[in-house]
Amino acid sequence: MTPQGILLVSVVLFALGVVGVLTRRGAITILMSVEIMLNAANLAFIAFSRQFDHPDGQVYAFFIMTLAAAEAAVGLAIVIALFRLRESTDVDELNLMKW
Amino acid sequence: MELSAFVVLTVLAIVSAMVVILHRNQVVAALSLAANLVSIAGFYLLLHAQFLALLQVIVYAGAIMVLILFVLMLLNLPEESRRARAPGPIQAGLGVVLAAVFVAVMGWAVFGATEASAFPRPSPAFGTVASVGTVLFRDYFYAFEAISLLLVVAMVGAVLLAKRRL
Amino acid sequence: MDWELLAITCIEIVVIVNVLLVGVSVMTWIERRLSGVMQFRWGPNRVGPLGLFQPLADGIKFLMKEDMIPQEAYKPIFILAPALAMITSVTAFSIVPYGPTVEIFGRTVDLVILDMDGGILFGLAATSLGVYGIVCAGWASRSKYSLMGGLRSSAQMVSYELALGLSVIGVILAAGTLRPVAIVEQQAGWFWNWNVLAGGWQLLGFLIFLIAGYAETNRLPFDLPEAESELVAGYHTEYSAMKFSMFFMAEYIAMITASSLLVTLFLGGWQLPFPPEVVGLEPGWLLWSLQILSFVAKVGFFMVLYVWVRWTLPRFRYDQLMNLGWKRLFPLALLNVVVTGLLVAFDVI
Repeated sequence: MTPQGILLVSVVLFALGVVGVLTRRGAITILMSVEIMLNAANLAFIAFSRQFDHPDGQVYAFFIMTLAAAEAAVGLAIVIALFRLRESTDVDELNLMKW
Repeated sequence: MELSAFVVLTVLAIVSAMVVILHRNQVVAALSLAANLVSIAGFYLLLHAQFLALLQVIVYAGAIMVLILFVLMLLNLPEESRRARAPGPIQAGLGVVLAAVFVAVMGWAVFGATEASAFPRPSPAFGTVASVGTVLFRDYFYAFEAISLLLVVAMVGAVLLAKRRL
Repeated sequence: MDWELLAITCIEIVVIVNVLLVGVSVMTWIERRLSGVMQFRWGPNRVGPLGLFQPLADGIKFLMKEDMIPQEAYKPIFILAPALAMITSVTAFSIVPYGPTVEIFGRTVDLVILDMDGGILFGLAATSLGVYGIVCAGWASRSKYSLMGGLRSSAQMVSYELALGLSVIGVILAAGTLRPVAIVEQQAGWFWNWNVLAGGWQLLGFLIFLIAGYAETNRLPFDLPEAESELVAGYHTEYSAMKFSMFFMAEYIAMITASSLLVTLFLGGWQLPFPPEVVGLEPGWLLWSLQILSFVAKVGFFMVLYVWVRWTLPRFRYDQLMNLGWKRLFPLALLNVVVTGLLVAFDVI
């Protein structure tokens, strides 16, 4: 286990998250892919915190976790409001503003 | 011992992330994301960040994912149907190549940050609740208060957005 | 790699898991006989003297029943759910110190499976993951009753986790540490030194933890999600034979874990109600056995209290239950944290 190994895992997870956001159609699965990206960033923060023996990285990860909680709550509220309007969470159907 | 744990956790994390982005059934994807979060907590334990590992399980896997699962089950969504215009083989192949290029570029950027070949021995108080708590409440006190305010705003916003009638 | 510690921990794990499973079967007997006593009828009294072999008969019944999986059920998660419930219930017990530091064959052994710096947070984490067993069971059964029961039950568990965690914060403030081993060691001496009394002034926290523990384990008066008259059997409607018995065992093990955490945090864990020097007990196997016995007795009292409350109180309606959790227990728990913080700040504790 090396710093490069952990960072490689973090990068691969981030890439998977990006692919998920671009590929999936359900609003909630897009949210879940965003959570994967946030976790990958957290992993990098903790890896560097351990590398340089600085607790600050863990504090940043803590803040990111809290932010992710707030974002998930608001995002899901938006999805619920959307579902009430359109009976589906398919983001391809959100095309009212298309010319 | 550490290496085998690292390999197992890596496989678990990457496989569960792939299930999240590929599986059609959204509830299975959510449960797989919960498994991913627990494996990330395992990574934190490997890195001696005990407090963050426990927080990851309690907050992320135990609260946020349960919230997402609630919404999924209450909305009773059908499985994501196949696209009307499914990506052809050229598109899918190009997508994979671009993802690999993305990983390569990001990897090159991130690897340049450190030349160490192994983690140094952590100080005995690394990752303990006391060390993280001291830094949090001493150096990042204002950020802590601000984020608690943000949580209140998020709560109010979520309730308002999801209400049927204001 | 400390192989000795690994071996000791493995032996402790095997012993504790076996004790927990035996405890579950003893609990089923106590439940049925005690409910009989309270309802003025005999409980099971045919199978062996006083019906003592009834749990054995129950076990054989569960093993021999037909194991059905509904056709519509989502099989992988349907089969995973009872395993998840069991794993998280048993894992939550690993932080409980069930005895003092003893000497076995010349080696000092801490009678606790896991003593990490985050301590009590590990128990809270395992309890948080316990929700997944119920959520998976409710959804994977693909049946209306199961889904409603699973959603209600998990919403209830998540809501009362808040009050549970906040009541634990009061103890952490009073003790100044998160490790249950240290929390128990600080409650040494006479019984008024326990955290629920003058040791930490946590009577309110104790009551909140007790009530939240009943809600976390889905026991009456909070068992609407699995009450027969309401939702058939809630999230485990579609389960039969061994899978059902795993949910059953997981619930009892969760009860044992909740009682053990209550005893550890508030009632002095394995401490005797008097300092051992008063009766002239030196540290040795006599004292240590008495202390382990004291722990078992305290946990046993709260398990009997679980049964007693179940057959005494009526059931809460679901909206009353959520009202109690969010509008009454949560502010009370916050008040407890504030008052305890003030007491610590002014050096009273």
